[in-house]
Amino acid sequence: MNLKDTPLWEVFVRSKNGLSHQHVGSLHAVDATMALQNARDVYTRRAEGISLWVVPSNAITASDPVDRGEFFEPTASKVYRHPTFYEIPDEVGHM
Amino acid sequence: MSVQQALIDYSLRLADNANVLGHRFCEWSGKGPMLEEDLALSNLGLDLLGQARSFYSYAAELKGDGCTEDDLAFLRDANEYKNLLLVEMPNGDFAVTMLRHLLFSAYYLPFFVALSQSNDKTLAAIAAKAEREMAYHLRHSAEWVIRLGDGTEDSLKRMQDAIMVLWPYTGEMFESDEIDQQLVDAGVAIDPESLREQWHATINEVFQRAGLVEPESVWMQTGGRTGVHTEHLGFMLAEMQFLQRSYPGAEW
Repeated sequence: MNLKDTPLWEVFVRSKNGLSHQHVGSLHAVDATMALQNARDVYTRRAEGISLWVVPSNAITASDPVDRGEFFEPTASKVYRHPTFYEIPDEVGHM
Repeated sequence: MSVQQALIDYSLRLADNANVLGHRFCEWSGKGPMLEEDLALSNLGLDLLGQARSFYSYAAELKGDGCTEDDLAFLRDANEYKNLLLVEMPNGDFAVTMLRHLLFSAYYLPFFVALSQSNDKTLAAIAAKAEREMAYHLRHSAEWVIRLGDGTEDSLKRMQDAIMVLWPYTGEMFESDEIDQQLVDAGVAIDPESLREQWHATINEVFQRAGLVEPESVWMQTGGRTGVHTEHLGFMLAEMQFLQRSYPGAEW
């Protein structure tokens, strides 16, 4: 089958109620309906999920690796953004 | 014929259908048109193999002569196999494989739905589990037939050619004999004729969406259910049974 007829799709699986869909990988399929069926066959063979999303890969806008410096490095020096300076009362238990 | 014997024969027919068609899907392993579909075809095959095991085990239990599911699958010759001719048809191209499965699953889904209400608790339980599998088989094969029929000039031609090849093997699905009749009367089996209307409605709907044309009434092939097969089954069994025939009792 010609690959240009089968664009790439990103697959998201929700493993159980209450959890969010997680990205698990990608696949080729002719359209959304078949992408969903292929996702079922490729990514949920072993009872991994109860819900599936497929998204055309070209619908995703991704950050450019070149921008990594200005996008992400500035946060490395801002420890005060981590909530580690608060005393947690014992009654709260594990957080 | 005793009800017991009829039940054994009935279970074997169902087991053979699933086993032979399951093996046909296994023949696609590693050769699918794309990785995703290769896995899908193997999944379909494994569902059918699971159904075959259930029906063989039940038949072996009913026979009660110490034979096992493996003996029934691997040590019976082609003339002892009682599957529909449709399921032994060679895979051909992807169009033939998908059409064959549409024709089969559109019949087997309502069949399992009905069989899940059988008076025979074991058959009902197997059917209830298989019903969900078959619903997915019908969905998957129907979507492909629609896309191939409503696809390119080439895919439409292949689909229409596949119809010409396979259509003569659809009539056998609705035949019944004394085995069926005896068990239908006992509330155990399903009258195949009662499934014809629903089968035809499903096929009709898919063909319309696919832009495919159903053939005018054609001569229908028959024989599989009584052990008279096409030349294709013998070759398939030779490959499937080779190991057990050459190394009896081999295990791993």
